Amino acid sequence: MLLCWIVLLPFVGSLLAALLRANARNLEAWLAGSVAFACLLLTLLLHPQVAAQGVLRFEIPWAPAWGLVLILRMDGFAWLFSLLVSGIGLLVVLYARYYMSPKDPVPRFFSFLLAFMGGMLGLVLSGNLIQLALFWELTSLTSFMLIGYWYHRADARRGARMAFTVTAAGGLCLLVGLILLGQVVGSYDLDAVLAAREAIQAHRWYLAILILVALGALTKSAQFPFHFWLPRAMAAPTPVSAFLHSATMVKAGVFILARLWPVLSGTEAWSWIIGSAGLLTLLIGAFLAIFQHDLKGLLAYSTISHLGLITLLLGMGSPLAAVAAIFHLLNHATFKASLFMAAGIIDHESGTRDLRRLSGLRRQMPITATLAIVAAASMAGVPLLNGFLSKEMFFAEAVSAGDSRNWYLSAAATVAGAFSVCYSLRFVYEVFFGPSATDLPSTPHEPPHWMRFPVEFLVLICLVVGVLPALTIGPFLDLGVRAVLGAQTPEYSLSVWHGFSLPLGMSVLALLGGVLLYLVLRKHFRVTTREAAPLLYRFDGQRYFDQILLSLTRFAGWVESHFSSEGLQRQLLLIILAVLLLGALAIGRDPLPLDWRPAQWDSAFALLWLVGGVCAIAAAYQAKFHRLAALAFMGGAGIVTCLTFAWFSAPDLAMTQLVVEVVTTVLILLGLRWLPPRLEPAKTGARETIAARARRLRDFLIASAAGLAMALLAWLLLSRERGEHLAAYFVERALPEGGGSNIVNVILVDFRGFDTFGEIVVLGAVALTVYALLRRFRPAPESIPLPQQQEGSKLRPGEEAIHGGMMIPAVFVRALLPVLVLIGLYLFLRGHNAPGGGFVAGLVLSVAIILQYMVAGSLWVEAHLPIRPHNWIALGLWCAVLTGAGAFVFGHPFLTSHSAHPVLPLIGEVPLPSAFFFDLGIFLLVVGATVLILVGLAHQSIRSHRMPKAEEAPPARQASR
Amino acid sequence: MELILALAIGVLTGSGIWLLLRPRTFQVIMGLSILSYAVNLLLFAIGQLKADAVPVIAADAAKAAGDYADPVPQALVLTAIVIGFAMTALFLVVLMASRGLTGTDHVDGRKDTDL
Repeated sequence: MLLCWIVLLPFVGSLLAALLRANARNLEAWLAGSVAFACLLLTLLLHPQVAAQGVLRFEIPWAPAWGLVLILRMDGFAWLFSLLVSGIGLLVVLYARYYMSPKDPVPRFFSFLLAFMGGMLGLVLSGNLIQLALFWELTSLTSFMLIGYWYHRADARRGARMAFTVTAAGGLCLLVGLILLGQVVGSYDLDAVLAAREAIQAHRWYLAILILVALGALTKSAQFPFHFWLPRAMAAPTPVSAFLHSATMVKAGVFILARLWPVLSGTEAWSWIIGSAGLLTLLIGAFLAIFQHDLKGLLAYSTISHLGLITLLLGMGSPLAAVAAIFHLLNHATFKASLFMAAGIIDHESGTRDLRRLSGLRRQMPITATLAIVAAASMAGVPLLNGFLSKEMFFAEAVSAGDSRNWYLSAAATVAGAFSVCYSLRFVYEVFFGPSATDLPSTPHEPPHWMRFPVEFLVLICLVVGVLPALTIGPFLDLGVRAVLGAQTPEYSLSVWHGFSLPLGMSVLALLGGVLLYLVLRKHFRVTTREAAPLLYRFDGQRYFDQILLSLTRFAGWVESHFSSEGLQRQLLLIILAVLLLGALAIGRDPLPLDWRPAQWDSAFALLWLVGGVCAIAAAYQAKFHRLAALAFMGGAGIVTCLTFAWFSAPDLAMTQLVVEVVTTVLILLGLRWLPPRLEPAKTGARETIAARARRLRDFLIASAAGLAMALLAWLLLSRERGEHLAAYFVERALPEGGGSNIVNVILVDFRGFDTFGEIVVLGAVALTVYALLRRFRPAPESIPLPQQQEGSKLRPGEEAIHGGMMIPAVFVRALLPVLVLIGLYLFLRGHNAPGGGFVAGLVLSVAIILQYMVAGSLWVEAHLPIRPHNWIALGLWCAVLTGAGAFVFGHPFLTSHSAHPVLPLIGEVPLPSAFFFDLGIFLLVVGATVLILVGLAHQSIRSHRMPKAEEAPPARQASR
Repeated sequence: MELILALAIGVLTGSGIWLLLRPRTFQVIMGLSILSYAVNLLLFAIGQLKADAVPVIAADAAKAAGDYADPVPQALVLTAIVIGFAMTALFLVVLMASRGLTGTDHVDGRKDTDL
């Protein structure tokens, strides 16, 4: 359970942080700090358990049948990582409190920082591969937000986009790799995967899995050739760099390599792919770091190089190298985080990070200088500091690894060591020594004490671990190492002094070589001023990245222009043709079944559909020039459809279809007014072109083919015997379990209530969308004047009903209102047991209301009958939701129904299932949505008359008054 | 019976698809409506078609499950009818907005004069 909180707390904190005020800097820091502290504390509390049991697991089943279980799993290695993440997270929050300017919108910063922390903790504590990939992408996403925090700066935007593109693309590769891995093992459970080494390595997918996982890890850890995003990500605020680019985000890559080390390593392919990427990155990163002028750029390249070192150690495949990798991973996090923070302090206090301008700062900020010098010495691998220990282990491994390549690896290790001494020296010497700089943007001085505290703390760790490794880091490292290596854990010694040995000689050589290299470069290669690094300046990752993106964009454009069309007709044509083709293919594969039942014939039904078919074809024929006629014909086809439903024992459908038909017709009638007039060519004298004729012939053929195909399909469906499993289920259970005898209604409001709930939400959303669109509606200029039919009359539509030609109909229609309301209520109340229900009742009631609008005009109706359709929609949704949620009170899932039988005075016992209230929600919502749509349309005609006079009179607002 | 309904579905589909392929927005909205009749009938036809079946549970328990009309496709089609109405409404408003913005009732907003 504690595990759950470690992952959950940061996300809760993130939400809270987002809700605070923009200038609540202290409160935000307190919130984020307490969350980080709580996570740290929880991690520490779990230490005895992890040490005793080895692996802690916490499972939440989600879809267990598919192996999808949320598993939080903490072993020693994950424990070490969560300690790192929450510990450095806490220090970074403290640091950020002082670093961020009061003008920066801090809620966004702390919110994303906490979300990132949650993602990272979730990643290291994942016990399920899919879950791991999910958290992996979450860290990519939140780091995108954090790198682009100052989004008004172009470099921040570009850096964030590049970091995200590279790491997210890698994350997709990782996901595929992990899915393959899960398929090979047969389970996505990490414990099962870790136990299946032989099966995985013997499988023919092994190489694919390895390459995909490596792509994910190498992109995330900024390994060559994907290293270019990390320096660009330095546009982030320094606390972000200190957190993401030293201790967490980039470490995720090596984390996954170490996590899967037991199952994937030990093969030649592993050594070649991971090892060579690590070696190249180690050398190239260190070399490029020497030539950076930006403090953070130097640190970024050195991070790349150190990550390369860890990758190389993991790639070697020997257990001792893995120990060194884990050890260096911890050491690097401490000294690099402190160096980033020191760089941030220097930037903050002096106004620049440019090594060419900074000089002699040890006089103005002696304490910071001392701290940074110690941390840099650790980075360079100076004895008595933690960086030295892991570097010695690396040298020892380089000496003993491999066979004939032995010599090269040792040489490369020494050279990389010398490079790292060289850039560390450059960092220290050019910032803190030499004459005092005079042209700095602001006068440097020591920062506030608490801003420096994180650096002090981390440097202290570097020192203590460096002097007394076995007593301090020893037990924790052992825990982590045993979790990864298990039975393979080798004997290793953490003492500072191993006697005179080859690795020590290499260390001394690297130290001296580095100092010498710096002096030579300074004197002969203008290292302090030259713009680009020699030799490697040609390889500019950014350029290749941009080129790849550009060609991808071009390719996408080419695909779009060749395989897609903006024209709706062409798209529809292609869709219909594709469906026809697929159907034909299916028939071609399985010949048509011939065991047809003898068909029955009914002349009355045939006559009915003769009318229906003629109506449909006539509607299709007339829709272009005679819209009203087409609408009437379509209504005819609708009525025939409705009669068909009634014919085949579906009274509910017939009723609903009938009312929907009425409402749709009114709806389209209201819209007809705004369409441009279209005259037949015979009247205008225009002639059809041949192309137009050909197009019509083509469409006619396609439509005929589609019609024939559908008729065939329907015939096949209808003429075959089918079982009745599903029907019998509902028929038997409707009354005893649903408490209603109208089976269709019981299915809608009870058995499939959740679907219906979704449906009414859609209906409400459509009504609100229609409303919103109509508020912005501007009719075409020529349809604004009064329609021809109204021109002769001097009376307005409302007055027409009071003392004009509409007087008699108005009397009838007004008298109809209570009758229709009564019918609606009747249909609603009987719905559960007899044909009726919320849908049809709601539609009947809205027809009653719209009739009033039709006969008396909007203004009169709204003056006498205030209807607020928005409220009806809201009320309906609330009614449905609360009914559904009511089941929670009884400990049942959402929308479980209950039946009560209260005895009312006069009426007697009334069966009252909870589905009744759900149906009430449907009823209210259908009324609200239908009326909102129709009234919104009706209002357009009032509004267009006013428009020339007063621009600002949104009539739609009146509807919601 | 079955043959008639199958032909009816075919005719409705043909008319609907012909209209869908037309260039004017009004034709397309009519086409969608007619096509949705066809689809609803097809869905409905998936159940056993019975002219004199019992739609509502009868008081006498003598009726077997086979005497009832198949309620599952009915429930599906009822949902489809209402959603179809919502779609028509939305499409109509988009049609009006497109007409107001582009000044034409062509589906792509093109101002051509072709027939």
